[in-house]
Amino acid sequence: MRSLRLIRIAAWTAAATIGSVVIGLTVLAPDAPGIATNIVSSGPSAIGGPFTLTSHHGETVSNESLAGKPYLAFFGFTHCPDICPTTLFELTDLARELDEYADRLNVLFITVDPERDTQELLQGYMTSFDRRFLAVRGTQAQTDAVVAAFAAHVQKVPLESGGYTMDHTAGVYMIDAEGGFVGTLDMHEPRETRMRKLRRLTGA
Amino acid sequence: MPFRLHRILLAAMLAWPASLAPALAHEFKARTIIINHPWSRATPAVAPSAGGYFTVINTGTEPDRLVSIASPLAERVEIHESSIVDGVARMRPLPHGIEIAAGETVELQPGKIHLMFIRPSAPLVEGERFDATLFFEKAGDVDVEFAVQGMGTRPANSESHEDHRTHAQ
Repeated sequence: MRSLRLIRIAAWTAAATIGSVVIGLTVLAPDAPGIATNIVSSGPSAIGGPFTLTSHHGETVSNESLAGKPYLAFFGFTHCPDICPTTLFELTDLARELDEYADRLNVLFITVDPERDTQELLQGYMTSFDRRFLAVRGTQAQTDAVVAAFAAHVQKVPLESGGYTMDHTAGVYMIDAEGGFVGTLDMHEPRETRMRKLRRLTGA
Repeated sequence: MPFRLHRILLAAMLAWPASLAPALAHEFKARTIIINHPWSRATPAVAPSAGGYFTVINTGTEPDRLVSIASPLAERVEIHESSIVDGVARMRPLPHGIEIAAGETVELQPGKIHLMFIRPSAPLVEGERFDATLFFEKAGDVDVEFAVQGMGTRPANSESHEDHRTHAQ
């Protein structure tokens, strides 16, 4: 009776192991470069598509000017005291660990609030983060275009106290040197996972 | 002999949590309300707002409510809740403040419920402190001091949350 039970447990354990290996392979497979390309080409339009913005230094930054180097892009605004500076700080921290490999990467903080985030304000704001990072802004039309280019969600929400806040996509987009969308960095996933993605993106 | 051993053990047990507490931890009380470790993060050189966080414990038998906050640092202080829903970051004011049920602990932390100091008069620098007054419906005014920590500071880990709860009981 007891040995029967043991056999049953062993059988279930084996089944569970095989099952999890199969699930593991299915989940991991899209990470393979070949398959990732397929996903991008069949994805909702080309993420990272045409956009033109101006950096906090005053230079033009477009999908064309960025070509040849992978880049990270995320949406935010300086009136957000909570999630946006945390993302910028954590990226600063990851860039420090990547060290010189971070030179192979551009990092864009795209403001979704060009009305309040003037170039002057962004200049002051960015002095607190990795100096290689670029805060980029555009006219409202250019901002709408970049939001569409990344299939991002941005919405202006009026507040009762006057003023407004911005809802925006929280993830960090990873774009390769050819301008193709590779995936996203989630600031809630383990640091090691994010580092692994960045090493793969920069060839570190 | 065993008596003395007990006493040593007891002393060790009492000393233990104190030695684990972060160096910056500080606490404020008003009636049944305890405010644990109010802190803020250093802001970028030019920042239109700054966050504020703490743990609030209601040791009483009746609910209380944090209704508003004032600080000489900022033009005004609001209570907000951040969340990420379906990959979209949102922030909404909590105009009715924060209710703290009897015996409950509420944690204000980055990415969750937090204070927002609007238009701080100066950038916040790590290591500095600033004053604020919290207004509770029942406990009244609580004068507290916010400690400014590094920009990358994350909320305390879950272990110390447990710690806070134990203290409240």
